[in-house]
Amino acid sequence: MSIAHTQGAAYEEQHVHSVYEQIASHFSSTRYKPWPIVERFLKELPDGAVGADVGCGNGKYLATNPRVFIVGSDRSTNLVKIARQHEPHASIVADNLSLPHPEGTFDFAISIAVIHHLSTPARRTEAVKAILELLCPPSHPGGGGRALIYVWALEQKDSRRGWDEGHEQDVMVPWVIKGRSQKPHVADQGDPKNQVQDKTFLRYYHLYRKGELERHIEEAGGEVVEAGYEKDNWWAIAVRKS
Amino acid sequence: MKLLTLNFLTCAIKACKSSPASFPLHPRDVELEIVESDINLPFLKNILPRLMWAELRTIAAELGLPELPETAPTRDHLVEGKEEAKEGEEVDEVPSQTARDLHRVLLETTVKEGKLVCGNCAHEYKVMEGVPNFLLPGHLV
Ligand SMILES: [Zn+2]
Repeated sequence: MSIAHTQGAAYEEQHVHSVYEQIASHFSSTRYKPWPIVERFLKELPDGAVGADVGCGNGKYLATNPRVFIVGSDRSTNLVKIARQHEPHASIVADNLSLPHPEGTFDFAISIAVIHHLSTPARRTEAVKAILELLCPPSHPGGGGRALIYVWALEQKDSRRGWDEGHEQDVMVPWVIKGRSQKPHVADQGDPKNQVQDKTFLRYYHLYRKGELERHIEEAGGEVVEAGYEKDNWWAIAVRKS
Repeated sequence: MKLLTLNFLTCAIKACKSSPASFPLHPRDVELEIVESDINLPFLKNILPRLMWAELRTIAAELGLPELPETAPTRDHLVEGKEEAKEGEEVDEVPSQTARDLHRVLLETTVKEGKLVCGNCAHEYKVMEGVPNFLLPGHLV
């Protein structure tokens, strides 16, 4: 393992994993609405398809289609404990660069808002490769598997964050937990007796530039079959070349 | 963790994956828990062709569970009186004893505590409160 790789892992431990572990329940309470592209991808799957959700978080996509079987994985034990409730699926704690699945077994895989948390280009490409390796190869009798990957875009000038072309791509993004009730949008912040200090956590993100996700997929030995932009994110559906 | 999950799990260490001994992982020192759930016949039928039957039999035997039949059941085996039923009557299908047994083993029997052991490298993955943990120590990544 290279020094850059080791340092990348240590950096992510501090600036991604430990943050999610701490904000798990608050993060989860804000993550329930599926993104349309992901919902469409999951609903179009044939009944009985088997797949992986790499970086499943609180498991919000495990609820989308109960006619398929998904093994969700996440680095955060606290998020996996929340994801467990979604039947009939399964949830495990695992690292997306060391996934405990046999290669070439899944009909589909999703990795939604995950690989932008990896801190070097090599690790991001490796993460894409790890997702592609889960898929049935094109030679499989039932056809090859498909993966949907979704990352935060640099180009989002109309968003609350306001980033756009020309901005630094590696950013620290705050997650604020409001002091008093641990819920966002508390109405009674004006009352001084309710004022408890907010807590801010910073998470590392690599914001993807147009075309960058597709390039990572090709470098990882995949082929892009469909790609696009949806509300501040780039997404791509990929298959294995062999 | 439902036993069905083991059908899709192997060792997280890359070098192990090419070795047949790394699949399935072997449950050790486990506390099992039955978590009852409604039987979902279409789901069972769909998942059936994906089951690694010989390996699941091994796991069931290692856990001291009732023996699974030597050969995997077919989809028709999962439905009571399938031969009398007309085509396209999915909603009225009644799960057979075989289906109920399979549901019991794969979906209702869960590992609550214990470990999963790789048959190739002997690495042990802990299961705590029903959640298996595959994070590797730095020197094994
Ligand atoms: Zn191993």
